[in-house]
Amino acid sequence: MKIKFFPLTLIIIFIFIFFFFYKGLNNSSIYSPKLNFEKEIPNFSTKEFVSNKEINSFDVFKDDNFYIFNIWASWCIPCKTEHAFLVNLSKQDNINIIGLNYKDNYDNAKSFLDELQNPFDIVLLDNDGTIAIEWGAYGVPETFLIKEKKIIKKIIGPITKDTLIEIKELIK
Amino acid sequence: MKILKLIIFVFVLMSFNILSVKSENQESKITKNLRCLICQGQSVYDSDSEFAISIKILVNKKLDDGLSEEQIYMYLKDKYGDWIHYDPEFKKNTYFLWLLPILMFVIGGVIILKLFIIKKN
Repeated sequence: MKIKFFPLTLIIIFIFIFFFFYKGLNNSSIYSPKLNFEKEIPNFSTKEFVSNKEINSFDVFKDDNFYIFNIWASWCIPCKTEHAFLVNLSKQDNINIIGLNYKDNYDNAKSFLDELQNPFDIVLLDNDGTIAIEWGAYGVPETFLIKEKKIIKKIIGPITKDTLIEIKELIK
Repeated sequence: MKILKLIIFVFVLMSFNILSVKSENQESKITKNLRCLICQGQSVYDSDSEFAISIKILVNKKLDDGLSEEQIYMYLKDKYGDWIHYDPEFKKNTYFLWLLPILMFVIGGVIILKLFIIKKN
């Protein structure tokens, strides 16, 4: 009985380890931290896209309303696909849409907006990508839904039909 | 007097050099300890992705602002979670991570003990 107990324990331990790692194989390799609590929006100052004047985030997110903060660039293909959804959202009265133009060229960004419509109330500049890092973003496009100066939803990647419905439900 | 001025000038020049080398080393050290979150298996130091380039600029800015290495890690962990740091802390979520190798070592030891030493006796 004593001899049998030892191999049995070993087999159980190895089966446990095998399943532990096997389960890990199915996990997505793209990591995104969970937003367990509503994070305060970061404080930053940057330049405004059109006027090129210095502006502080306090002056941008001054009310307690809903805000959409969208990080975009003219060179980003998924940004083009989500743009129509942003234009759609801009027709809602109870939301302000703020754009952050990420590592872009002014002329290209301007023709992007002229061609596809400008859904943004204000467009801010992020020439070196550090403001996107302040927001905890990975790249473009990325969207944050803000209420009372707190991030209540983060969308990594382009806005889709489903996320648009979800946003509309949240801001009702 | 001229010689004294020259010595002071050379000393100041040299100390600037030391400063810049130091901060460059510190920047490399920090970025080597940060995981590039959009390029699997690479550190921020090794990667040339847009994300890594921005992190490098930010680390430089924070060093210029006078933040310490630990403060920079804390700042980035707050934004991106513990995953961004290559050296995970010993806390509730990482008990298993830290203790599994020790557990494996102990089990391995017991197996060797059981198979070779006790059997021999």
